[in-house]
Amino acid sequence: MSLADLSITEAAAGRRSGDHSFVDLFDAVLTRANHTEAQLHCYLVIDHRGARAAAETADGELSAGTDRGPLHGIPIAIKDNMNIDGLETTCASQILSGWVAPYDAHVITRLKEAGAVLVGKTNLDEFAMGSSTENSSYGATRNPWDTTRVPGGSSGGSAASVAVGSSFAALGSDTGGSIRQPGSLCGVVGLKPTYGTVSRRGLVAFSSSLDQIGPLARNVEDSRILLEAIWGHDPGDATSWNGDYPDISAPRVDLRGLRVGVIDQLSGDAFEEAVSDATRSVLDGLSDEGAEVGEVSLPGFDVALAAYYLVAPAEASANLARFDGVRYGLREDGATSEEMMRVTRATGFGPEVLRRILLGTFSLSAGYHDAFYGQAQRIRTHLTAEMNRAYEEYDVLVSPTSPTTAFELGARTADPLSMYFSDVATAPSNLSGHPAISVPVGLDEGGLPIGFQILAPAFGEERMFAVAAEVERLVGFDTRPVLAAELA
Amino acid sequence: MTWAPVVGIEVHVELRTLSKMFCGCAVSFGGAPNTNVCPTCLALPGALPVPNRTALDSIVAIGLALNCDINEHSIFHRKNYFYTDLPKNYQISQFDLPIATDGWLEVDTGEGPRRIRIERAHMEEDTGKSTHVGEGGRIHTAEKTLVDFNRAGTPLVEIVSRPDIHSAVEARAYAQELRALVVELGVSDARMEEGSIRFDANVSIRPHGDSELGTKVEIKNMNSFRSLERAVDHEIGRQIGAMEAGKPIVQETRHWDEAGGLTTSMRGKEGSSDYRYFPDPDLVPLRIDEEWIERIRGTLPELPSTRRQRYLGQGLDSHSAGVLASSDADLRSLHDDAVASGADPTASANWITGEITAWMRRTETEPGDLDLDGARLAEMVGMVADGDLSASAAKDVLDGVLSGEGGPREVAEARDLIQVSDRAAVSEIVGSVLADNPEAVARYRDGEHKVVGFLVGQVMRASGGKADPQLANELLRAQLSG
Ligand SMILES: [Zn+2]
Repeated sequence: MSLADLSITEAAAGRRSGDHSFVDLFDAVLTRANHTEAQLHCYLVIDHRGARAAAETADGELSAGTDRGPLHGIPIAIKDNMNIDGLETTCASQILSGWVAPYDAHVITRLKEAGAVLVGKTNLDEFAMGSSTENSSYGATRNPWDTTRVPGGSSGGSAASVAVGSSFAALGSDTGGSIRQPGSLCGVVGLKPTYGTVSRRGLVAFSSSLDQIGPLARNVEDSRILLEAIWGHDPGDATSWNGDYPDISAPRVDLRGLRVGVIDQLSGDAFEEAVSDATRSVLDGLSDEGAEVGEVSLPGFDVALAAYYLVAPAEASANLARFDGVRYGLREDGATSEEMMRVTRATGFGPEVLRRILLGTFSLSAGYHDAFYGQAQRIRTHLTAEMNRAYEEYDVLVSPTSPTTAFELGARTADPLSMYFSDVATAPSNLSGHPAISVPVGLDEGGLPIGFQILAPAFGEERMFAVAAEVERLVGFDTRPVLAAELA
Repeated sequence: MTWAPVVGIEVHVELRTLSKMFCGCAVSFGGAPNTNVCPTCLALPGALPVPNRTALDSIVAIGLALNCDINEHSIFHRKNYFYTDLPKNYQISQFDLPIATDGWLEVDTGEGPRRIRIERAHMEEDTGKSTHVGEGGRIHTAEKTLVDFNRAGTPLVEIVSRPDIHSAVEARAYAQELRALVVELGVSDARMEEGSIRFDANVSIRPHGDSELGTKVEIKNMNSFRSLERAVDHEIGRQIGAMEAGKPIVQETRHWDEAGGLTTSMRGKEGSSDYRYFPDPDLVPLRIDEEWIERIRGTLPELPSTRRQRYLGQGLDSHSAGVLASSDADLRSLHDDAVASGADPTASANWITGEITAWMRRTETEPGDLDLDGARLAEMVGMVADGDLSASAAKDVLDGVLSGEGGPREVAEARDLIQVSDRAAVSEIVGSVLADNPEAVARYRDGEHKVVGFLVGQVMRASGGKADPQLANELLRAQLSG
């Protein structure tokens, strides 16, 4: 077993009992990256010098008696749509090529304060638009369980890196499932917290009302530690929650009498049999321990994905307007400034990004605005109310995280709609702003991981973590991906 | 056929807050290009806006001063269009839920006060500045474009009137009244030449008596009140000319050419006007509750229109009331103090807007540096009313007082200007003048009454110029007829 396979809790304890140094942890992660990057391509950049210096500082501080807590000295990977002062932020797009961030995202400030070692920036679908990490202009990331398959997306680099051990945990961003779906496909825990609990300042916006940063980790406890480090009010983000935050320091739940609602709309033919079977076996386990499992019908889920693919592109069409070649990033020549902007954008954005900008622009246009964007917002309001009503009867709602396990590279690239369907179970939580977590619960016959999703009401993170930990305990999923197991 | 002009005015007011609308950069004028910027106002990736509460206070104050409803709930929208000096390529503005709606502003062009209705006042952010270099400085022919983002993100309030304005003169009066109002509120420098207040006019015409509005033309680029008036006047004339020649009015934006004295059609930049407004998801809906509104109401100064009403109530005529109401604060408090010290309000106002203003202009003195308080002005006004000073002597006395020679009576005595209005004393002089001028007396008695003027002159000369000429005239006629 390599140090790179420890949990955060184990790694932290080992350093404090003198079993290893933080530099050792970083070296282990780096060795793992050296062995796997050629096949997986999790990282767009590894900050060798900065990360090593941070690890050395972390060791020095701890030896001098300053203990910054559970993330002190722990190597963490960052999705490359979050700014780290002095490093390039690319969003996996050519349009930002060469742009070095002049400031830290709020979550980065928080991680630095917690003493974390930031290993590097991970690959993603360009501007977080995609479900397979194939839309990266720097090349796809591959799944460590089967390198012919995708890791999911858009936080595919982060998820694959955590799974294979080239980081202990990572930050991703989740707009329609971009943390939970790759978490599911890579066999790691991924969660999206309640909208507004983690500051978006310094996260390059895709869809501002849906984007939330969250952790990817190898177990529920590690993900909890990471969330606790990054959430909290930020006066620099007007949408940041400025009220009470739930206490998630020691989540606990009694499964006896726990009311679990299985979302009716997230089952059936569209879901692979192995996925449905794994979900059913988790539910059986919960029942056996005394949980009251019932089916709940949420018709809003039938139209949520359509609403999501109107709201998200609409906001994106404005959010990505700033990439115009005037102030930073790529600039193509043009006879006039207008032409310069037009050519820069046509050249710098990849096809999926252009598709969504066009979709969004169209859905906001005069004559279509109400029928598309307006209708989508009404569905969103309706869906949220529907979910809130469901929480009057159920403590948590559950579903598979993804309709399928990891699919082969290229399988869905020619058919955007089939790719969009990857988000069917995850996007509703972004529309409602509620928290949701994906926990790995098994493998299909091909040895590919299956994720189980637990949804909770707004600020229901304590309950969400507690149930997730129980599910984790019930299934006992601790399988390392083949690639990591070979190297360990 | 006679035509009725219909004019509406859109005003952009840059607020004089410490920081910009959505970031911490200072609001300042001038400075080396792109030095007063940060990730937010440069629209760097990941940067977010946070609203400036002081700017919101200012727009609430403007809304209240314009008699608007302050909406408890309002929303910031994104107004989407691509332009090099617009960093995000959308402007944070307001759309269907602005902060202030349905108010009015009273305007008086000398024909009695009229209320111009205000449709709305909303909050937005300013753009940067583009400079097109080479080939005439036009965007389509320029060799290069330089952009300065120092101004980008400055808080801007847009105030939109209803089409209630009926003439170029009234358009100017409205603009001046509105500028005076924001200056009074202390929310803006409102300097037209620096662009910190900007006026656009929407002009249309319709046959007299018609209720349907004609095709509207927007005119821009007026950089003084005079050019606003000229531009509106010219545009009304152009439209009447076109209609009478049977040519249709095209809905468009026209550019006022100050040197040429005409408006020309602006082509190019327009094209699409679909701004694809939608609520800005980076900002939460704004809630301005009663407590907030009352806090701002409590800080409002007396506004020009209220003040004008107060002066009219003192008996001032409409012109003086208007001039005084919009004059410098130091001059207004001089008036208020003088009235409080017992001066006749009309006389006080006439001195201030007449002789005192003329003296300041002559000596290049600022109102704040005037060596005159309300009590002294009241004393002088009283001396004139009591006949102790003639109108012309009072001007000399004023000059002495303003030159620091002392109080009015002191100066009048020192300069020997106290008028003799004692009946017996003047009567005595009249007697001796009549005795010394028997020919004039004889001519008067022959019916040549204009000779009285000569005799008054003699009385004045005999009194060393101090006799009250009115009284001298009265006593001369009495003695001559007696
Ligand atoms: Zn700024």
